[in-house]
Amino acid sequence: MASGIKVRAKVKDDVAEVKALIKHEMETGTRKDDKTGEVVPAHHITEVTCEHNGKVVMKANWGPAVSKNPYFSFKFRGASSGDKVKISWVDNKGETDTVEAVMK
Amino acid sequence: MQILRRNLLKAGLIIASAMAFPRLVLAWPAQAFKVKSRNEALQEIYGTSELSQSEDVKLKAPDIAENGAVVPVTVSSDMANVESIAIIVDDNPSPLTATFELGAGAIADVSTRIKMGKTSTVLAVVKADGKLYSTEKEVKVTIGGCGG
Repeated sequence: MASGIKVRAKVKDDVAEVKALIKHEMETGTRKDDKTGEVVPAHHITEVTCEHNGKVVMKANWGPAVSKNPYFSFKFRGASSGDKVKISWVDNKGETDTVEAVMK
Repeated sequence: MQILRRNLLKAGLIIASAMAFPRLVLAWPAQAFKVKSRNEALQEIYGTSELSQSEDVKLKAPDIAENGAVVPVTVSSDMANVESIAIIVDDNPSPLTATFELGAGAIADVSTRIKMGKTSTVLAVVKADGKLYSTEKEVKVTIGGCGG
């Protein structure tokens, strides 16, 4: 299955910038279904982990208030072009997704 | 049948990996995302709610968000030894929106997009050398993003 994570990672002057777009509905658990009037159960990403060459460089904890199809970016030092970055997430239902990308 | 079995195996693998790494499942600070005020949330994640306002914490967010469902936010800082960044929206049902734990070598510069139910103060918190620094900004929301 193709991953629902899109990653752009590039290194410029020793600074690596990672941008990622994740496909996820990020349901808050407070929204009501238009037709049935029932509250739609919460379904959102709770943790996002980013590894660079096997070492965790960023770990995010998210609540339901992160937008649908979340986007995030962050920067770190000590990477070089050709290195691998791995991004993975877990949601509150235990679903996961992982993607690996090569830095430009 | 084949397909069903494959799915079952896949589900089993996910459960097994969740059990093998309980840290990943348990580490999410559920309580911090439940509490209703910034101070409680900060207490939950950092063990203190003592903030020093600092100009070294930079928060980039729009003055007016036309769509509360997608509000772009960037938090950055030139401070050394930044360990963690938190984004808090005071008037959301659960104020704590996101935290970013940074590893060694990280640069304090994170961006994301958040939902805002209504006009609110957005608080950016940076933890550096064990202390909390913050800056805040009011963002006006014309259409709420909490599905109201």
